[in-house]
Amino acid sequence: MKIVTGNDLKTGVVIWWAGDGWSIHVADAVDAGEHAEALAQTEQAALRVNGAYVVDAVATSTGPRPAHIKERIRAIGPTVRPDLNLKPADPAAGNWVI
Amino acid sequence: MYKYDKYDQSIVDARVDEFREQTARRLAGALTDDQFKPLRLKNGLYLQLHAYMLRVAIPYGTLDSRQMRMLGHIARKYDRGYGHFTTRQNIQYNWIKLEEAPDILADLATVEMHAIQTSGESIRNVSSDQYAGAAADEVCDPRPWAELIRQATTFHPEFSYLPRKFKIAVTAAEEDRAAIRLHDIGLKLVKNAAGELGFQVYVGGGMGRTPFVAPLIKPFLPADNLFSYCEAVLRVWNRWARRDNIHKQRIKILVHEWGAEEFAHQVEEEWQAILPNGSDVPRTELDRIATYFPDPAFETGLSDEIDRSDPDFALWVDQNVVAHKTPGYAIVNISLKPTGGIPGDISADQIDLVADLAERHSFDELRATHAQNLVLPHVRKDALYDIWQILRDNGLAEPNLDLVTDIIACPGLDYCSLANARSIPVAQKIAARFADIGRQRELGELKIKISGCINACGHHHAGHIGILGVDRKGTENYQLLLGGSGAEDASLGKITGPGFDEDGIVDAVERATQVYLRERTEGERFLDTYRRVGMDAFKEAIYG
Repeated sequence: MKIVTGNDLKTGVVIWWAGDGWSIHVADAVDAGEHAEALAQTEQAALRVNGAYVVDAVATSTGPRPAHIKERIRAIGPTVRPDLNLKPADPAAGNWVI
Repeated sequence: MYKYDKYDQSIVDARVDEFREQTARRLAGALTDDQFKPLRLKNGLYLQLHAYMLRVAIPYGTLDSRQMRMLGHIARKYDRGYGHFTTRQNIQYNWIKLEEAPDILADLATVEMHAIQTSGESIRNVSSDQYAGAAADEVCDPRPWAELIRQATTFHPEFSYLPRKFKIAVTAAEEDRAAIRLHDIGLKLVKNAAGELGFQVYVGGGMGRTPFVAPLIKPFLPADNLFSYCEAVLRVWNRWARRDNIHKQRIKILVHEWGAEEFAHQVEEEWQAILPNGSDVPRTELDRIATYFPDPAFETGLSDEIDRSDPDFALWVDQNVVAHKTPGYAIVNISLKPTGGIPGDISADQIDLVADLAERHSFDELRATHAQNLVLPHVRKDALYDIWQILRDNGLAEPNLDLVTDIIACPGLDYCSLANARSIPVAQKIAARFADIGRQRELGELKIKISGCINACGHHHAGHIGILGVDRKGTENYQLLLGGSGAEDASLGKITGPGFDEDGIVDAVERATQVYLRERTEGERFLDTYRRVGMDAFKEAIYG
């Protein structure tokens, strides 16, 4: 599947296209399919996201899992600071990344 | 320390106002990302994996307590409670909001700091010896010269759109603690036979994907001609740099392609041509700058004795405290490499604590090092025990300076958008493997440097043991290098062979240390043994 990501313009935080807007949770990301590139450009032009681009992901029972480790680290946060990532109470978060 | 005059302050304040206006235009949609990017980079603001990242300049690594406290304030108010000291004596914040960036720069300006020229194709923060002004082995304090270069190159119109970034380091000691031969220009202050002060000028060093150790192109440059000569170097490069290929634009490529002799000849011709222009800074101006760097009011008659009855304290003294030029004083290294920690990271509370120590015990001075540690440069020996206790109680007394766990590591794939692999977890695993301090001391000086990509921010080329993270079909992989050095015996490490996974690279490092322990002769460091016995013995053990 193709999902769209970028950074929030004001805060810089990682965001994912959720179909009707942007979410900080990759689990909310939707398959943008063949429209992914156009969607990224439209949203960037509308100043709703900074540096939008398309990444490959695999659909799982808990939502999309980006194919590349870099995007998985973006999705969760630095692996070396679990206290600062999006799932600080989830001991399995690191396994999801690696 | 240098203090801004009204011109310095007005320049920095004006830059803050300008960036505030540029940021507002970006947030309002008047500037596209492509238009805004070069503007934010000129103010040290990157977009990294998780957020904006701000890199703040610490000129030649020197800070006072007021500035240090401001760094803590920024960590606490605008970031997530910590900062990261880099391999170029700067500090980075990883969780910056664009809308708050102008406020941060405004706060920095109140303590005579900024983020100008910490990014982009500019002359970057001038780095220097962290022991400057305190070292027993220097011919003079190099910081006035570093400050002169900073002033002369900040916003210099001719050097505002260089082919690529440009890094200068200045030292004045026999021991090279600033890796000058791995800079675009490395300057070493020396005295000639007549006792006159001058510079050895090295040009064309650097790391990245094409590393070179800088050759000496000027054995003795009269000190008063420093700026005109550097200007000539920059002008030759600016004219002839390979602007057609981003990977060939650094000055090291030009020096390599021409050869050191031809490059030196070209610079000499250019220098002679521009000398009549009178661009050298008058000696009176250097003297003015130098008045900001006087020796502190050291007390005389102090004892050099240190009570070593506490063995843990004695261990820390032996490893982290080094000789000062003044009797009764010492230089204290504060390790930011606790076992399990992140190299270079420091919490806001720790920042405040170090600022307090600097104010009370080090004439209000502290330093950042290119090895991602901190230094209290002027400490009375009779205060060492009190300082150590405070550092110990706050996780800052790891006695590991220059040992196997004093690892340089870039932020890597945990933070950096350029990285291919994570650096920090590898550093943490190696530190855990060698956590026993007795084992570390048995291994002696052993500098491990880890980069998460070919850009080499973790200086892997210059590590006695270097590690380079690469992306192998979407999986992190780590190459091992041996034999590098960023010191006065500068050299580039060589790759041992096929790479390893995260656990495998830790095992490989350990096997390399076993070869060293087996092969070393009396007094040899790891690097010395490697140079004597060669790569094969290590390869056999690592891959055997």
